[in-house]
Amino acid sequence: MTNKENLSPEAQEYQAFQQQRETKRPVLLNCLKAFLVGGTICCIGQVIATLYIYFFPFTERTAGNPTSATIIFITMILTGFGIYDRLGQFAGAGTAVPVSGFANAVISSAIEHRTEGFILGVGTNMLKLAGPVIVYGVFSAFIIALIKTILITWGGF
Amino acid sequence: MIFFWAFVVGGLICVIGQIMFDVFKLTPAHTLTILVIFGAILDGFGLYEPLIDFAGAGATVPITSFGNALVHGAMAEAEKHGLIGVITGIFEVTSAGISAAIIFGVIGALLFKPKG
Repeated sequence: MTNKENLSPEAQEYQAFQQQRETKRPVLLNCLKAFLVGGTICCIGQVIATLYIYFFPFTERTAGNPTSATIIFITMILTGFGIYDRLGQFAGAGTAVPVSGFANAVISSAIEHRTEGFILGVGTNMLKLAGPVIVYGVFSAFIIALIKTILITWGGF
Repeated sequence: MIFFWAFVVGGLICVIGQIMFDVFKLTPAHTLTILVIFGAILDGFGLYEPLIDFAGAGATVPITSFGNALVHGAMAEAEKHGLIGVITGIFEVTSAGISAAIIFGVIGALLFKPKG
């Protein structure tokens, strides 16, 4: 976001013109697509989780981890053949929000940067897009768990 | 029935993400970061586990469950070791998602070539 007061009058005029000409995003249609594709991915996840519960010693609550790993494996194949990105253009957040979107961000940047070598290319760029998620996920979890622990230990909750 | 609720709840979390994209014009990185923090806060209030019981994969597959799992690991260790457990336990439950993403990322880079 640029600060409006620092812009010259021409630039402000141009910004207003740009906003006026910007194509309106079909929000409702996009939400419907995201709902259908996102829901389908979660439904597939539920099928995988059910298989893990029936054929392996997992419970409803512990089946989440192997399910994520399986979804990430499937995402690797789909990303490698370029199918996931095409699906993402159609579904928007429907493919970005499930764990497969996180995996796609990691795997696609790993594949994209392999020409720069495995250490400097794949290694350094792999977590570029997923980095903020891990960093702020860990930090917020730390703060929340810290507050909760202090409340439980000294607050007697 | 769990399949139906997985579809509905998972779909709705994606719709929240789509609204953040389209209405608030956030980048995917901002959206995912906010969703993860949101999941962590929900678990802080003990609201995420009931959602998992209700919707199954509809709650565990979206990225919000990552925040939930981080807090969960930290709290499980904190119960055993006190404050230091908050730091040592954070990745305990989440390790599957991150390790799988990294492992399959490297394998993917070995197997596939970038396109055009």
